[in-house]
Amino acid sequence: MTAYLVRRVATILPTLLFASILIFGLQQLLPGDPAMVLAGEERDPNVIAHLRETLHLDKPFPVRYFYWLRGVLHGDLGESLRMQQPVRTLIAEKLPVTLELACIAIVIALVIGIPAGVVSAVRRGTAWDYGANVVALWGLSTPNFWLGIMLILLFSVTLGLLPASGYVSPFEDLRANLAAMIMPAFVLGNAIAAVLMRHTRSAMLQVLSSDYVRTARAKGVRERDVILKHALRNALIPIITLGALEFGTLLSGAVLTEQVFTIPGFGKLIVDAVFNRDYAVVQGVVLFTATAYILLNLVADILYAVANPRMRIT
Amino acid sequence: MATVVDAAPIAASATRTSSRPHPLRRLLRRPSAAIGLAVIVAFVTIAIFAPFLAPYDPIATNFGAVRKAPSAAHWFGTDEIGRDVLSRVIFGARASLEAGVLSVLISLAIGVPTGLFAGYAGGKVDMLISRVTDALLACPFLILAIALAAFLGPSLANAMIAIGISATPVFIRLTRGTTLAAKSEDYVLAARAIGNSPWRIAVRHVLPNIVPPLLVQATLAIAAAVIAEASLSFLGLGQQPPQPSWGSMLNTAKNYIDNAAWMAIWPGVSIFLLVLSFNLVGDGLRDALDPRHS
Repeated sequence: MTAYLVRRVATILPTLLFASILIFGLQQLLPGDPAMVLAGEERDPNVIAHLRETLHLDKPFPVRYFYWLRGVLHGDLGESLRMQQPVRTLIAEKLPVTLELACIAIVIALVIGIPAGVVSAVRRGTAWDYGANVVALWGLSTPNFWLGIMLILLFSVTLGLLPASGYVSPFEDLRANLAAMIMPAFVLGNAIAAVLMRHTRSAMLQVLSSDYVRTARAKGVRERDVILKHALRNALIPIITLGALEFGTLLSGAVLTEQVFTIPGFGKLIVDAVFNRDYAVVQGVVLFTATAYILLNLVADILYAVANPRMRIT
Repeated sequence: MATVVDAAPIAASATRTSSRPHPLRRLLRRPSAAIGLAVIVAFVTIAIFAPFLAPYDPIATNFGAVRKAPSAAHWFGTDEIGRDVLSRVIFGARASLEAGVLSVLISLAIGVPTGLFAGYAGGKVDMLISRVTDALLACPFLILAIALAAFLGPSLANAMIAIGISATPVFIRLTRGTTLAAKSEDYVLAARAIGNSPWRIAVRHVLPNIVPPLLVQATLAIAAAVIAEASLSFLGLGQQPPQPSWGSMLNTAKNYIDNAAWMAIWPGVSIFLLVLSFNLVGDGLRDALDPRHS
């Protein structure tokens, strides 16, 4: 297991390095003089001079990358030109909001996706199976920003049950917080529920045809116990690790969902940064996201190896 | 978007000669895929003949008919500056299909040769390309597309480039994997034995056999690209006003949801139908090309 861990950790280092080069390289895409573009429409000569100095724009690309990477390794992701704050501080401020949204979304996805996948596999070829597949296709094909607008139309405008937008901290008013978060979390969880449902169905079908399930049935174990205690428990291992890989979907979805529901989270931070031409924030957010995604993949792989010893030798 | 189709059975089916019906016939036998294909054909027809089908100019404003509910004159109603929503939905199909197809063509144009090269060359070249691919895959698809579109500047063309580049690693990984599998097949060994150059073997012998899984992935990628274009336009990074796009129409519509819901319904239904259709055809193609589903 230790050898597997060392090998696995060693593979993420070059990935992180290349990801950082690509993200830093985004700056090269800016048309014309980066200092002029980064300085915004005001083009204040002092700002331009400051940018040239801090970003080492007179130096070649590898040297600039080296300076930037050195800062990143010391926790310095740069500074927001618009908000005059370190990018690290901005991410730390906005991340808890998105994490709360993501956690509720994951719970919704698990509550819908796993039972739907189990029913679909157990009742294969029946109306239940077709129904679950239709729901999964709906989840995969609905743009979440449109679903958000439709939910606002139904629950806020027509029924007046939930607030259409805004955010209240759970420490201020938990009830108002949940009322504000339930629609965006459902929108975000909807697509992941569809993916989970498909994975659960496929994993359950595989497990249900295995020898130990046949043996359990032959021994006279109740069908309910066969499904819940024997089949689902084993099918859940790959599902949970695959769930970790949905982190990217969650963050991408959060960008749009937070925009629709005006939630001041991580997603809104990157969109606002894009429109303010605050490129240091864009780079910082993408780098943070990529690093978190790589580390989550690592954790998922390790969990999978712990649960399935055969993985350790591959 | 990062989901890569299981290429092995699909690729294997391509190398077998059997009495099974033609893949297109097998695809059309699946009702869901046939319906999906029919809807795609309908959208393509609408996009091509948009100037003849649209009842009004999609960018012509009419301040005498601002936010009018659906009626005989305006079947889908009008928007906040009196433009006909139906005409804008019809012309919006162009932006979505263009972005869906062209961005996937960009991904294929970069991803397939790179994956073929990595898989066939092996060694350090493969390792380097694989690490760069992993690095690109580490950035969530839409976040990378947003970042690229932000740095390139907002426009439909740049959105297509951003989506295309963001979707490329999936094609590199798929092509590399199928190339590695095909490399050890007898027909490749035979081609090598009679003195074919590595590049000729890769292009003439390996490539045709990895087309089926690429076709399935490309179809599913178009669905993702249509959503991505709508998302970027919704955020203001895709099609720029006043040109119509389903995503930008939804962006405006969300501000008038309490008194002009029709502005939001039709562009969303259109995105949903088009994406659903590509997903149905992608799933159908996967089944039609996979011998396990015959």
